[in-house]
Amino acid sequence: MQRIGVFVCWCGSNIAATVDVQAVSDALAQEPGVVLSTNYQYMCSQAGQEMIQSAIREHGLTGVVICSCSPRMHEATFRKACQKAGLNPYMVEIANIREQCSWIHKEKATATEKAIALGKAAVAKVHLNAPLTAGQSPVTKRALVIGGGIAGIQTALDIADAGFAVDIVEIQPTIGGNMAQIDKTFPTLDCDACILTPKMVDAAQNDKNHILSYSQVEQVQGFVGNFTVTIRKKARYVDETRCTGCGLCTEKCPQKKVPNEFNLGMDNRRAIYIPFAQAVPKVAVIDPNYCTMLNTGKCGVCSKICTAGAINYHQKDELITRQYGAIVAATGFNPISMEKFDEYAYSQSPDVVTSLEFERLMNAAGPTGGVLLRPSDGQHPHTLVFVQCVGSRCDGGEKGKPYCSKICCMYTAKHAMLTREKYPDTEVYVFYIDVRTPGKNFDEFYRRAVEEYGVHYVKGMVGKVVPENGKLHVQASDLLGGRQLHIDADMVVLAAAIEPDKSARPLATMLTASMDTNDFFTEAHPKLRPVESPTAGVFLSGVCQGPKDIPETVAQAGAAAAKVIGLLTKDHLTCNPCVAHSDEAMCNGCSACEKVCPYGAITYESKPFRAPDRSTVLRRVAQVNPAVCQGCGACTVACPSGAMDLLGFSNQQILAEVDAICK
Amino acid sequence: MSDLMQTVQRISGVNPRKCMKCGKCTASCPAYDEMEYHPHQFVDMVASGRVDELLRSKGIYDCLSCFACVERCPRSVEPAALIEAVRVAVLREQGCNHLKPQQIPQRLDEDLPQQAITAAFRKYSK
Repeated sequence: MQRIGVFVCWCGSNIAATVDVQAVSDALAQEPGVVLSTNYQYMCSQAGQEMIQSAIREHGLTGVVICSCSPRMHEATFRKACQKAGLNPYMVEIANIREQCSWIHKEKATATEKAIALGKAAVAKVHLNAPLTAGQSPVTKRALVIGGGIAGIQTALDIADAGFAVDIVEIQPTIGGNMAQIDKTFPTLDCDACILTPKMVDAAQNDKNHILSYSQVEQVQGFVGNFTVTIRKKARYVDETRCTGCGLCTEKCPQKKVPNEFNLGMDNRRAIYIPFAQAVPKVAVIDPNYCTMLNTGKCGVCSKICTAGAINYHQKDELITRQYGAIVAATGFNPISMEKFDEYAYSQSPDVVTSLEFERLMNAAGPTGGVLLRPSDGQHPHTLVFVQCVGSRCDGGEKGKPYCSKICCMYTAKHAMLTREKYPDTEVYVFYIDVRTPGKNFDEFYRRAVEEYGVHYVKGMVGKVVPENGKLHVQASDLLGGRQLHIDADMVVLAAAIEPDKSARPLATMLTASMDTNDFFTEAHPKLRPVESPTAGVFLSGVCQGPKDIPETVAQAGAAAAKVIGLLTKDHLTCNPCVAHSDEAMCNGCSACEKVCPYGAITYESKPFRAPDRSTVLRRVAQVNPAVCQGCGACTVACPSGAMDLLGFSNQQILAEVDAICK
Repeated sequence: MSDLMQTVQRISGVNPRKCMKCGKCTASCPAYDEMEYHPHQFVDMVASGRVDELLRSKGIYDCLSCFACVERCPRSVEPAALIEAVRVAVLREQGCNHLKPQQIPQRLDEDLPQQAITAAFRKYSK
């Protein structure tokens, strides 16, 4: 018989206001094996922990039940405290009487009854607990960063700076991400390329950092400290080691009509191209959808003129498999499609542009060489209307996003200000619902746009945009002025909502990392663990976790790197001893467990067994690799013969809990 | 919440609290110039319990029910449904038919389809 101590926590008033804690400790004192049952204001405090520790010593406890908050909150705390007092940490059970009881019930009587039932279940389980010892697994001292935008670059640079090898996998032919397309950055208006491109070069030149551009993660196996990742390096049809980035091929390629994605399709590039002048790596790439040679076998101009002999039309995709200790998701974002917002005439007029397109139109390396010209006729625009919150803060429907995209208020103020500064003959209107500019020097920046640059900020929305006689007729509301406005504009700029990159969801599936309904990665704790995924060894950097601007992204990237460095400095990780094991005598060799195991922890082996007639037979039986098993329990549910069981969560223990609750 | 507010919300199925006061309904409204109260004001008046003022306003009949506001509202508030509910609430009161049979002859005009008259009569009379 176990000697069990029960400790009921008040959690201040969090539990005690709804649950009669004294009644709970009194009721649990009557359970078999309970030699001590008490309650205290804050069990997790130092005094509370010392109380548990002295009880273990004085009463010779062999098991401890703590009725408190969720085990996700303090299981580790209490296990550690008990271990210090000489108890095996796996002899501690938590009954969650806060999140699953006091917080969700209003009536004290109901909540108290439920708390007692939960406590009884935990006591019943402890009777069947056995001491477990955690093993250790080694840590591969290499990190993988998925995404080569500013978030990924900063994380990788910080990890490399600490002396660990790191690979950046970038789906595009160059790193740089969205930030590479921006002209100036708020609130200082410094040149974006001047601050980003040196970082890109650092990333390329750092000995510890390796860039796998034009590559994609195909498969992730393993677990924290020991991930095995397969990366597809797409064929660029150009030998990276030979290409000097001279760009001659990109001038001579006869296929001139390929929409240039870097300028959002507002001009053309060739079939062989370098995305932009400061691309890293500065290596040409052939677009297989447009290359005449690859499609018809006739052309070969680039190959003829390339002095480095870098063109290789027979290059194939390459699969690289590498081991990593930690993975950082930094997959970033894209503006949403404007197709569903017909009222703004985005698909009817080229003069209605998104803010990112406007960014390219203002950029010296953009399609107009930095001169703001109307896309339809190349004329100088005089009246510009900016519309904020296009697709942001929508009511869930399929049209928009329910969240605030966070960056639009500031970049719209920036665009309006830059327009007025470069072209004082313009009239600039900004239609806003709310102006949200929290941040260092942010509100001051917005006020400068209004006060110094004379931008007309109008509280209201644009209802419709109608292209008419070469103008854009804008009908809008001015709520504070109490009028409907009709403006004949030359250009309309839409601050499109941002959404996580489409590659994030399949990646989350591969990483078994959780996501919210908007496809942003979920953090392990919204306040206290904001850069970690709930999946151990997976970290989050940048907008893939939630909308944020460049300074916040860089800060989070550094934080994610710090967490990765903390992990990689360890030589070994303590494993979770609550792993599956199979009873070979009962295993019927059906492979059901092998099929459901998400970690690839189960293999089958043929083993000799004595048959009833004393002969020896070979039987296929399941084997669990305890270093790979994460204790999810999927196999124990799938096993038809009941051979699979989970240490610390055996079928018998769970049924004992159910029995205790139903008693 | 007043009975009238409840009635209007029940008939329309609209929750005016969802409104974030962006004004896109009013920006979209083609009958803006004719209206005493504008779509975002309808929503605000229902939300803040000023339904009787709305009930007494001639302006509610200037809404064409074109549903531009419903189509474009980013919060799915449906101002046109709300104004329709207010008109229905008026009709439910004794002797509050907006269009009486004797008024029809003076409104007839050659370009107006008869069906429109019939529809308006059905819509604005008990």
